[in-house]
Amino acid sequence: MKWVYAAYGAAWAIHIVYLLILTRGYQRLREDVRDLDRS
Amino acid sequence: MRSFFPIFALITLALLSYGLYQALVAAPREATMGDAQRIFYYHVPSAWTAFLCFFANLVASIWYLATRNPKVDAIALSTAEVGVVFTTVVLVTGPIWAKPIWGIWWTWDARLTSTLVLWLIYVSYLLLRRYSTAGQNPVLASVLAIFGAADVVFVYMAIRWFRTQHPQPVIGGGEGSGLDPRMWNALLVNWLGFLALAGLVIYLRYRLERLRQQVEEAHAMKAIAGTTRSTR
Repeated sequence: MKWVYAAYGAAWAIHIVYLLILTRGYQRLREDVRDLDRS
Repeated sequence: MRSFFPIFALITLALLSYGLYQALVAAPREATMGDAQRIFYYHVPSAWTAFLCFFANLVASIWYLATRNPKVDAIALSTAEVGVVFTTVVLVTGPIWAKPIWGIWWTWDARLTSTLVLWLIYVSYLLLRRYSTAGQNPVLASVLAIFGAADVVFVYMAIRWFRTQHPQPVIGGGEGSGLDPRMWNALLVNWLGFLALAGLVIYLRYRLERLRQQVEEAHAMKAIAGTTRSTR
């Protein structure tokens, strides 16, 4: 079963990393919007 | 859509959890490959989901070329990016499955190589969009996407057209192919779960891209306003 767990773990790691990248992108854009509102 | 989002997220989570149970517990142990065959329930649905994402990207790219609508461009980008994520899952889970069964992580057969080429085409699509400074970015990317989609057909047909290390089709492969009904069930539940996940993430990525387009537009308007003031 170790190969199955490795494959499933890798699949979820890829999805989670992508979601984290999206979250980071969203935070950066929010900062950008705030800067635009201030200026 | 916003109020429906949490409900859809919960449905997706339920489907993925049930899919995991089906794949690890309910589906029977395959006779020749043993438990390693259970990787199939993540590997194959991820590939099918990636193909659908790239098909949606093709439709959006053609639509964009016809209309030049930025909303359609945001759909094209979102579907390509999520398609790359699912293809990455395919390219990672495949070798983890191959090692205990074939004794090797990778071989340059038609299916594996064309899948890697597919991944490279769409990664270059995303890099083109990210780093090119030309104003015609989405147009160039849309043209590349149309060629990229042709490789999807090649990847799908590779195991039918060539003798490959990769197994011949188990589903729709003609006489002697097929699956135990419990395996079918596990496969379909996982595919539904991954489709729901893809839909959810495409929606999030679409919202993000629309926000980025609006911020870029606001920056441009601000720059124009600044230039107009300084020339007076």
